[in-house]
Amino acid sequence: MPKVTAVNNEILYYRFDVDGDNFTSAGEASVQTKRILRRVGFPPEAIKRVSIAMYEGEINMVIHASGGVAELYIEEDRVVIVLTDHGPGIENVELAMQEGYSTAPDNIRSLGFGAGMGLPNMKRYTDGMEIETKVGEGTKITMTVNV
Amino acid sequence: MTVRELTEQAGFRVLSMPDGEREIEGVYAGDLLSWVMGRASEGQAFVTIMTNINVLAVASLLDLSCVILSEDAEAPSEIIVSAEEKGINLLKTELPTYETCLLLGSLL
Ligand SMILES: Nc1ncnc2c1ncn2[C@@H]1O[C@H](COP(=O)(O)OP(=O)(O)OP(=O)(O)O)[C@@H](O)[C@H]1O
Ligand SMILES: [Mg+2]
Repeated sequence: MPKVTAVNNEILYYRFDVDGDNFTSAGEASVQTKRILRRVGFPPEAIKRVSIAMYEGEINMVIHASGGVAELYIEEDRVVIVLTDHGPGIENVELAMQEGYSTAPDNIRSLGFGAGMGLPNMKRYTDGMEIETKVGEGTKITMTVNV
Repeated sequence: MTVRELTEQAGFRVLSMPDGEREIEGVYAGDLLSWVMGRASEGQAFVTIMTNINVLAVASLLDLSCVILSEDAEAPSEIIVSAEEKGINLLKTELPTYETCLLLGSLL
């Protein structure tokens, strides 16, 4: 279960640990996110965009960074997702953002990943996306969806 | 056409059908999940040979009407249980993907 903290009256905050060992069960944070946003009463279109972005980001942390943390900030008129990992980092962000670029190994590809579409999807389904990354240290991705 | 009607007319096997009255709005075929995530749209039937749990995540996040496993792809029992729990219609056929899509094209 996610940890929930009320930052103040306006913002709801949730934190999910994304397990790096088990990518067949990955997707838990996005399932929870969908549930939470439904309860808050957000429009279905916004819920869909947030949960898809969360799913792709979560899967990336599992596949490429052996796990990490997903944080969700729910504000009145927008949702912010922050994904933080201490994986290998991304050497060339511009290249990684291109459709079709993937370094996923064969065993991961056999599960249907590795189209190189995750990051482009995250950008497409959100209103803002920022990647901070350092090779050897990790990656932090911040995405915003306006409601 | 509803998922139940399609299943009967196409002779697909039912692995899970928690929502048989769901209306089918088009078809999308593919096995690379993030590709499908970016291209498929709500209400479509999703034809794939992938049988892992992430297929269900795609179906559920995009709110697809059903997943059709083609080429006699073998679904592990935990996937079938999970599809039922998540309210996802999961069907199966021995037809190859191309023939499955042809059949869908002629029926829908
Ligand atoms: N959190 C991360 N840490 C390190 N590298 C990453 C991370 N996220 C993405 N990458 C790198 O960026 C590439 C492109 O990511 P993207 O999500 O677009 O494709 P993919 O995960 O390889 O395949 P798909 O998402 O289509 O299944 C990855 O192959 C990987 O090299
Ligand atoms: Mg990816």
